[in-house]
Amino acid sequence: MRRVVVTGLGLVTPLGGDVETTWNNLIAGKSGAGPITRFDTADHKCKIACEVKPADHEYGFDPDRRVDHKVQRQVDPFIIYGIDAAGQALEDAGLVDMDDDLKLRTGCSIGSGIGGLPGIESESIVLHERGPGRVSPHFVHGRLINLISGQVSIKYGLMGPNHAVVTACSTGAHSIGDAARMIKDGDADVMLAGGAESTVNPLGVAGFAQARALNMSFNDRPTEASRPYDKGRDGFVMGEGAGVVVLEEYEHAKARGAKIYAEVVGYGLSGDAYHVTAPHPEGKGAELSMRMALRKAGMEPSDIDYINAHGTSTMADTIELGAAKRVFGDDLGGASMSSTKSAIGHLLGGAGAVESIFCILAIRDQIVPPTLNLDDPDEGTEGVDLVPHTAKQREVKAVLNNSFGFGGTNASLVMKKVD
Amino acid sequence: MSDTADRVQKIVVEHLGVEADKVTQEASFIDDLGADSLDIVELVMAFEEEFGVEIPDDAAEKIATVGDATKYIEEHKG
Repeated sequence: MRRVVVTGLGLVTPLGGDVETTWNNLIAGKSGAGPITRFDTADHKCKIACEVKPADHEYGFDPDRRVDHKVQRQVDPFIIYGIDAAGQALEDAGLVDMDDDLKLRTGCSIGSGIGGLPGIESESIVLHERGPGRVSPHFVHGRLINLISGQVSIKYGLMGPNHAVVTACSTGAHSIGDAARMIKDGDADVMLAGGAESTVNPLGVAGFAQARALNMSFNDRPTEASRPYDKGRDGFVMGEGAGVVVLEEYEHAKARGAKIYAEVVGYGLSGDAYHVTAPHPEGKGAELSMRMALRKAGMEPSDIDYINAHGTSTMADTIELGAAKRVFGDDLGGASMSSTKSAIGHLLGGAGAVESIFCILAIRDQIVPPTLNLDDPDEGTEGVDLVPHTAKQREVKAVLNNSFGFGGTNASLVMKKVD
Repeated sequence: MSDTADRVQKIVVEHLGVEADKVTQEASFIDDLGADSLDIVELVMAFEEEFGVEIPDDAAEKIATVGDATKYIEEHKG
């Protein structure tokens, strides 16, 4: 059986424009939240977000490093973040200069939950105010979700499978899981896989606020707003950014002496079949997804050392924890479980990929990132290590990452250290 | 350089992300400046905006170089 390993990582997040800056800030317990700077929030109920910072910020992102000027002008930010994260991952894997044969065996599976909402919003205004003749000729392909995979394949000449998942907030995890299967099935030897999102625009923020999903009660204390498992939690904080990994067939990676971060061993998927935005109250879908991922990995729940929770800082946190307890036991079998959304917010379609990278780094550094703002843990959290406030050094051999999305879609990934 | 040529050059530099000294009057948008057909559509829209001229599709199709654009604009602006 073909095995799939991770050999490269790339991140653009509210805590950094690259992997190490993001990870160091995350482990240091920093928050990426602040007042929204992209537009005037005077009329908005939600005035905060975890924005990717500008290039001149201490941990900002510089789009000029990997994305052509012309492309930057034509596409939405989620595509810019995705192209950059993919470039980082390829550089990290030592695969920037591939031979032609390998390019035929290398593909992309980089998705997004929503896609180019800022551009859809602004171009709608152009259409309304100035007519169809003023709409940009780059409008459509600058907003389409599969255009990260498209742009990356063109930039690096990658002619393997070109795929893009759209499963709301589980996009990033599904993207990695699907891409791993493509390698297992022999469709490709290398896949760039991940997700990206950028919807910190008036329509995006208003839409989630109207759906009563966003936190609106901590506008004056943005860094305290994302508080998964805390009694005072009151909705998620929107994040933005991208996460992309290089997945590679194990023998291929070994033969070229690649640095191997972890092996993708289990992938579980399920549907809640319950409600468009609310999770099943008993977390049945989440439980199915976790159990399937463990079964595919051929692992026992007790083998898992760290769970990166979906944990959005909403009422759904308790439902996920209940499902995890049924799978892993009341104390999660000694596993630590944290929600890094407490620090970087909810990256929506990017979340599952970014959080999978955090899981991989937890394996690399034997440290698990914290759940910030967990001052007053909710009922039912007793006896569970939710890693409050500060990162924790511990043995991490195997990890599970959960991502759940609107429409009742669930994905879980199990990854483990390669000995 | 005429005022029109100067403004055309600025727009081309901004849209295509090329060095200003490459944007000569003789430069071909596609062969020398790396533009594709959609970039030209966008450039034509930007010229229309900047100079308040209308460049119909059949005229736009004949614009191949920076000089073609400058000339058309000089002849048709108000």
